[in-house]
Amino acid sequence: MKFSGFKVVKEALTGHAGWKPLWRDPDPQPAYDIVIVGGGGHGLATAFYLASVFREQRVAVLEKGWLGSGNIGRNTTIIRSNYLLPGNEPFYEFSMKLWESLEQETNFNSMVSQRGIINLIHTDAQRDAYRRRGNAMLLAGADARLLDREALRKLVPFLNYDNPRFPIKGGLMQARAGTARHDGVAWGYARGADQRGVDIIQNCEVTGFRIENGKVLGVDTSRGFIGAAKVGVAVAGNSSRVMSMAGMRLPIESHVLQAFVSEGLKPTIPGVITFGAGHFYVSQSDKGGLVFGGDIDGYNSYAQRGNLPVVEDVLEGGMALMPMIGRARLLRSWGGVMDMSMDGSPIIDRTDIDGLYFNGGWCYGGFKATPASGYAFAHLLSTDTPHPTATAYRFDRFARGYVIDEKGVGAQPNLH
Amino acid sequence: MLIPHPLLGPRDAQEFIYLGDATLMHRPDATRPDAEAAFCDYVFLRHNPAGVHRELWFHEAGDRSWLVVTRNTVTHEIIGAELACDVKLGVTQ
Ligand SMILES: Cc1cc2nc3c(=O)[nH]c(=O)nc-3n(C[C@H](O)[C@H](O)[C@H](O)COP(=O)(O)OP(=O)(O)OC[C@H]3O[C@@H](n4cnc5c(N)ncnc54)[C@H](O)[C@@H]3O)c2cc1C
Repeated sequence: MKFSGFKVVKEALTGHAGWKPLWRDPDPQPAYDIVIVGGGGHGLATAFYLASVFREQRVAVLEKGWLGSGNIGRNTTIIRSNYLLPGNEPFYEFSMKLWESLEQETNFNSMVSQRGIINLIHTDAQRDAYRRRGNAMLLAGADARLLDREALRKLVPFLNYDNPRFPIKGGLMQARAGTARHDGVAWGYARGADQRGVDIIQNCEVTGFRIENGKVLGVDTSRGFIGAAKVGVAVAGNSSRVMSMAGMRLPIESHVLQAFVSEGLKPTIPGVITFGAGHFYVSQSDKGGLVFGGDIDGYNSYAQRGNLPVVEDVLEGGMALMPMIGRARLLRSWGGVMDMSMDGSPIIDRTDIDGLYFNGGWCYGGFKATPASGYAFAHLLSTDTPHPTATAYRFDRFARGYVIDEKGVGAQPNLH
Repeated sequence: MLIPHPLLGPRDAQEFIYLGDATLMHRPDATRPDAEAAFCDYVFLRHNPAGVHRELWFHEAGDRSWLVVTRNTVTHEIIGAELACDVKLGVTQ
């Protein structure tokens, strides 16, 4: 089934009787060449690129719940490539380019919307830092523009420019950044992978690895043993839990991040606005809800919900930045469990166990990375060499002293 | 979350700063021949369990003591709290 304008009209005229499920619901086969653990954005994207780019024939994705039940369906949908460090920026820009062609490639409307992102500036020092960041972005082939106060005021007149503590002096803008429909990304990749022969197996929890003589032979699951020549783990917040079954300890802590949506409002917010100093960021969904969030709660957590002090903190940030938000009613809030790494950057690497590969440590920023993470993980799984944009994401960077610490706060995950 | 401070009674978790796994109290011996590897483990690697976790909280807006709090990371239930110095001296477990 291919989606097209013609198909939509035809179905509208024939009572929508011809739509079919987007993917099959197969039983697991006894063995595969490559098994991906975790049916979130990264696992599904990995499977899609394994089948479409690397021509792998026998691939399965094992998901313990339903597809999209993890962070891929819980994030605030921001996509951007406005990083500073050389280990990061080329990778995130590669991801941005993949977002730009994603919908054509998967033939699925993932509602990728390049509505721009603005990081606010409050001090001269911050302007210098953002100018440097903007230049780093340009060097990596991304776009960046420094806005002064007046240019910013034209774009977003409703901000509180004269907050005594954090007066707004300008912003760093990336016009190609924006948002995408998070569920639509998972569905698009799942459908694309399924069409290319990947088995997506839901309600199938991996409960152990079968490892003999340092080589992985497959995985034990709630639906029996599944053999695999290679196993790629992409389970986000559950990384430490799953890898401990292979005897590994990771440079990762799991933390909860909350997000919020207001009632639907008329279009007010043109893109994404981040108020780092006040721990608040906001955008507006196509349905009209203001989508916003702030800091992680800050203590280890596997509960997919947070506590009230952070709710208060985020809403205070919102009130400080755009007092009009006080007139909107909060509709929903929720939490997701994130794999916070020790330097705030991800890992895409082999392990010491032959045939076992790991993708994780995405912190609160892995949604934007979904396409490049999938592509780079597929590259590693299929060719056994890292993708050129992901060579810095190795396990051994911590021991070697090559951490990629964008914030410069050290091995303290709750500060990244 | 309320933390049952052994000296001050139940205190709001917001008064505290969170550091992480309580094993951070046990710094490796820097004169060990394998000190470099031991410090790498100490600084970067964590068990990060789902379930009961012993962790360090600093009572910043209170009596500025370090506590070892035992908490369930799946439910956020706080099971107990001890003074970190007592734990270090072996007064409590
Ligand atoms: C509130 C919130 C807001 C966020 N906002 C943004 C944002 O604006 N921009 C951005 O770039 N990023 C954002 N993120 C981060 C982003 O959502 C994550 O980094 C990313 O989704 C993680 O990758 P994933 O999609 O593969 O994870 P998930 O969707 O969590 O996938 C992991 C999957 O593994 C499965 N799994 C776990 N254990 C097992 C097992 N034993 N066997 C089988 N399956 C298993 C889980 O069920 C889950 O479905 C946000 C996160 C949260 C929580």
